[in-house]
Amino acid sequence: MQSLESYAKITGQDVITQLRQLAEPMRGMKVVHVNSTRMGGGVAEILHKLVPLMNELGLDTHWEVIEGNNDFYQCTKSFHNALQGNQVVIPESLLRNFEETNRENAEKLRPKLEDADIVFIHDPQPAPLLRYMPDRKGTWIWRCHIDVSRPYRPVWKYLRPFLLDYDASIWSLSDFAQPLPHPQYLVPPSIDPLSDKNIDLPESEINAVYDRFDIDPNRPLITQVSRYDRFKDPVGVIHGYRYAKRFIPGLQLVLAGGSATDDPEGEAVLNEVYDAANDDPDVKILLLPSDAHRTINALQRASDIILQKSTREGFGLTVTEAMWKGRPVIGGNTGGIRLQVINHHTGFLVSTPEGAALRTRYLLNHRDILENMGTKAKQFVRDHFLLTRHLGEYLTLMVVLKHEHADRVELA
Amino acid sequence: MNNGTERQPFAFKDCTLAAIATGKRAQNLREMRDHLQHVDAGCIYYHFWGGRLRPQFDEPEFNNDFAAWCKHALRDDIVAERLSVVDPTGFDSLEDLRSEVIDILEERLYEREFIPWAKTEEQFSFIRSQIVVFGTQHSIDDPRELPGVFQDISASSIFYHFIDARRRTPDGKDDFSTWLGGLNGDYASLLARLADVDPYFVTLSELRDQLSGLFEEFFSHESTEGSN
Repeated sequence: MQSLESYAKITGQDVITQLRQLAEPMRGMKVVHVNSTRMGGGVAEILHKLVPLMNELGLDTHWEVIEGNNDFYQCTKSFHNALQGNQVVIPESLLRNFEETNRENAEKLRPKLEDADIVFIHDPQPAPLLRYMPDRKGTWIWRCHIDVSRPYRPVWKYLRPFLLDYDASIWSLSDFAQPLPHPQYLVPPSIDPLSDKNIDLPESEINAVYDRFDIDPNRPLITQVSRYDRFKDPVGVIHGYRYAKRFIPGLQLVLAGGSATDDPEGEAVLNEVYDAANDDPDVKILLLPSDAHRTINALQRASDIILQKSTREGFGLTVTEAMWKGRPVIGGNTGGIRLQVINHHTGFLVSTPEGAALRTRYLLNHRDILENMGTKAKQFVRDHFLLTRHLGEYLTLMVVLKHEHADRVELA
Repeated sequence: MNNGTERQPFAFKDCTLAAIATGKRAQNLREMRDHLQHVDAGCIYYHFWGGRLRPQFDEPEFNNDFAAWCKHALRDDIVAERLSVVDPTGFDSLEDLRSEVIDILEERLYEREFIPWAKTEEQFSFIRSQIVVFGTQHSIDDPRELPGVFQDISASSIFYHFIDARRRTPDGKDDFSTWLGGLNGDYASLLARLADVDPYFVTLSELRDQLSGLFEEFFSHESTEGSN
């Protein structure tokens, strides 16, 4: 586990000192985070790091995970898709199971949640917990990590009543925020520069992935790291690769993904990807376990360019991770990718496989520009998207929630 | 802070910003003007100043979000350029600043027969902010300590003292100038150089380096002169 001081080498001591000063008035406060999976997905990754750091700052912080059956995860996966805009009809039986699962989890978690000063509920899966806590004493905040800018209305209409009684909500981007009768704070997520996924690697470990996955180190490599999910458009990435390969015959593509425990749709998408790849030996489709962080890290560092051709995206932490490794990103012009990929500076935003191919060809033919963009990308992440900034914003929010109507809060 | 008299120390403060979505969005100039008439004054603060503390690329083309949106989402260069010359420190209150922005938008609406629309996903989202201010352990009694202390000061502390101060203080000056101006000593040339620093087109880290270099140069020159 990394301590706050170990981040100082990357962020500067001033950032760590600031966190300590900000947290000082909240020492001893009881904080609980709740989500639906301990492993897999960006939320779990952030909580694995954020919770120990909040404890180190003197806040009594716990992380609880709700449990459900397959029907529960099928239902919440449908919520996820619908909130991102897909028309999804969810059977009534799944909705009843969703509510019952939350009621059961509420019973298990009641002592801890009722006693907490601040409760962060992450995403829709545990959202109904609040309804089953009439004797709660603390402040409850719903943290939405999903792109809800244009939700499928019937599903949003179903979920919204569960959110109305929260004291506040947090959204990754202002575009995602939906009308709710409480303050809606904006906090982009972050990456941990010291995690296995992002830490500097020895050259030998980077080189090892060439042999392991039969990649030719002497030919250009583009990579997309993502779950096999239609919104990530892995099939579109393969089409883009094909267009570019006409001009760059040596081009290689890696699609590296896994399957989170709450993602039953992944297998169907994976089959579509295999079909699209059509046994091309230069397309490597990797199904990596959820703890293959160093492998993903090495693959990103071994790549010339990282793609994230999503058609819908919450924030796109894989983009942040790639930029941290000094790689330019060709990303879909959507959601949080637009906050990170700045055209001609940190990468390119594209809307089609053809666009991805065009930008791939451009960068591979202008190595100096590719290098320069990578350098800028890393600095941009250092300034804005590291875990320490995220932690600071949570602390800020915990302070201002007590002064909802003040523009300026002066701590003693 | 330290408004001041001689010997009053300069106590560095720091700040963080909470950004809050208002739910108000504009897709064209008319909607922007209409919302501007009613949004919380905190929105005006955020879109002129507060944005400096949130993720933005290090080569900002415009000094406020309204101008940037008119340029990039509406592709209306004329109104973008007019908005870009609005100096927020030149207004006594956020309400006066609000009126100026509305005037510029109305002038442009009057000029145009058809108003351009932004794409749905490029609407302007009005955001307001709450700022949290807290003390640090850094305090100096002598201006000559300024160059040394800068390496330990956070970028957001620079925001507080050099940018936020312009709205906070009656004469719209940064805190360093206010402090130095209240001391006995010949700081006229330093104050003039501080006044020349344009904080809007550099990152906060670059601004910190720029100020640090400026203090370093001034006080090293002063000590050289003193020893001669």
